[in-house]
Amino acid sequence: MSIRVGKTDRASSFPVAAKDALRNDQLRRNVRNATDIIRAKRALRVDEMPDWEQLRQAASDIKMHTLAHLDHYLEQFERNCEQAGGKVHWARDADEANTIAVALIKQYSGDQPAEVIKVKTMTSDEIQMNVALEHAGIRAYETDLADMIVQMSNDEPSHIVVPALHRNRFEVREIFREHMSLVDLGDQPADLADAARNYLREKFLRIKIGISGANFAIAETGSVCVVESEGNGRMCVTMPDVLISLIGIEKVIPTFQDLEVFLQLLPRSATGERMNPYNSFWTGVEPGDGPKAFHVILLDNGRTALLKDERERETLDCIRCGACLNACPVYRETGGHAYGSIYSGPIGAILSPQLQSLEHSRSLPYASTLCGACYEVCPVKINIPEILIHLRGKIVREDQATLRGSLSAECLAMRAMSTIFFSHRRYEAAQRLARLGQKIFERRGQLTNLPGLAGAWTEFRDLRPIPKQSFRDWWKTRAEATASSEEQS
Amino acid sequence: MRIALFVACYNDTLFPETGIAVTRVLERLGHTVEFPVEQTCCGQMHHNTGYQTEAVPLVRRFVSIFRDAEIVCVPSASCVAMIREHYELIAQQEHDPDFAREVRNLLPRIFEFSELLVERLGVDDVGATFPHSVTYHPSCHSLRMLHVGDGPYRLLRRVRKLELVGLPNQEQCCGFGGTFAIKNADVSVAMLSEKNKEVLETGAEVITALDNSCLMQIYGGLHRQGSSVRAMHLAEILSSSEVDG
Repeated sequence: MSIRVGKTDRASSFPVAAKDALRNDQLRRNVRNATDIIRAKRALRVDEMPDWEQLRQAASDIKMHTLAHLDHYLEQFERNCEQAGGKVHWARDADEANTIAVALIKQYSGDQPAEVIKVKTMTSDEIQMNVALEHAGIRAYETDLADMIVQMSNDEPSHIVVPALHRNRFEVREIFREHMSLVDLGDQPADLADAARNYLREKFLRIKIGISGANFAIAETGSVCVVESEGNGRMCVTMPDVLISLIGIEKVIPTFQDLEVFLQLLPRSATGERMNPYNSFWTGVEPGDGPKAFHVILLDNGRTALLKDERERETLDCIRCGACLNACPVYRETGGHAYGSIYSGPIGAILSPQLQSLEHSRSLPYASTLCGACYEVCPVKINIPEILIHLRGKIVREDQATLRGSLSAECLAMRAMSTIFFSHRRYEAAQRLARLGQKIFERRGQLTNLPGLAGAWTEFRDLRPIPKQSFRDWWKTRAEATASSEEQS
Repeated sequence: MRIALFVACYNDTLFPETGIAVTRVLERLGHTVEFPVEQTCCGQMHHNTGYQTEAVPLVRRFVSIFRDAEIVCVPSASCVAMIREHYELIAQQEHDPDFAREVRNLLPRIFEFSELLVERLGVDDVGATFPHSVTYHPSCHSLRMLHVGDGPYRLLRRVRKLELVGLPNQEQCCGFGGTFAIKNADVSVAMLSEKNKEVLETGAEVITALDNSCLMQIYGGLHRQGSSVRAMHLAEILSSSEVDG
């Protein structure tokens, strides 16, 4: 079983991909503008909540409890969903989930051309469902405005909540003009929304199969919940004859009452709204109301492996609000594509390397200054910096187990420094040695061109040379002076 | 009070003036400063970069040197964060109850420099004079892990002749992040450019913080672009007197 998150086979390491992103001024301006706006809205809607910290704690408690008893709640969800007329399928990985989806779509399409409309679902991007559908001759239409932009421009999502955050409206106009054959399209938000509405309405009315993800799956009732801003999701889950919902197994929560907590936290954290404009809930099938057939695909795709370690398990608490992306000073500079995964930003930096085997994303846990802004805004209190450090430890230990890794410049330097720091005599000798060694790199009182790893510092930044006297030298000199003056007196 | 100084390895080597300033401020307030010369490093760099195995001996060493101290003063918020956030966990993972107990007993006696002054000693006027305009960067560790709050501002406001200038978007990281500054140098510098643009717009002569690591980053960028803004640890400002100018 091979787990992949999005199109990772093409992904470069973070520092390499980030370099490309940093050269794209338009992208950086778009990302900064968009994240600044969402951050400000979020702050406004969080600050007005007197019990925000209690809500965060409650959410974390509910999630930790659910994950500790995940087997129980998943089976309860399955029972209740099927009792209400739904059908639950279990998928170990992306391929299994896609195979199930393709078979269902073909079955329900019969002789008709196979077409589906989709609600925004990151999980379907995770398993590259659109690629699998295309291979099977099935036409998939993204109906979330941003996902539609990404799909039309053959792009990748750059944000969990706002997948086309890296595009501004002038770029969107060009994409729409080309794909909808609209020569005179304006660039005002209303023009673009009109164009999208006309384009999508025809699809909503014609296409008989819908695909959704889920924000929450409720074990107690077997219900599924999707929250969104546009109403296009509501169309997808109510208008087709057949609805297929792809749900990561961590999305299950025990009771309907638990939504009280999550539906306060999620919209405020994600888009800075008190409540999502559209909150859709459905339970199985209801004759004469909504889809006639309802299928759930419960997806593992590497999630179970995270359950055994308490630190790693916390990653599955995520409710995909994207607040950590908007708060992250690294994401702010690079945007989402540099993370080489559909899950970007701080949550992507811990989720991608854990879902797929580390080799595809070893650089991600280092794509952070550990500044803690992500943890501060996380509505379910995932301690992302701690998980990053934990994953760094795993990577280092894996590296050290290989000959090449154990002989890398970094590993040798770290081991040498650990030995040096273990004795203050060795440490003092190293201070003297460094002071001597730096002389040939000094230019006008600064170090500007250091060799090796330190060169990455001086390529962009100056460094004041190591002073002649260390603090401990000063301390000793002063102690000696005091002692001798006391002797004299 | 007898105060043991853990100066931090990078301060000892690269920024001795910070340790000297801490000593002067505490002595001026009538305390006795001790400097156990066996001290080296708290293990932060190793731990945070993933070399956790290599950090353990350094953590044990730190604890054995400072376990009997009345108070430990650390002029580096990130080192204090390392000690507070990770030492107990490391001790647990070592399955050594004696070590874990020593860590637990030691933690309440560890103070970041500004915390020690404001929270433990209840001082906000240390009798300093510093006739310059200053802006303060709340480093991420001091802000989000130690939650030092307004302590540093209270200390700065009581410095005579000092003009305190607000730093816009002050809570944004400077891009240092330890080995991040090397491993992701391009992104680190992009973050730094944003920070330094704000620093320069304040027009302040001096940028200060509780961490020389962040200041090294900020100064490194400013100096490369030819700016004359100085970077000084808070302790250095607090140790200044009329005589120093």
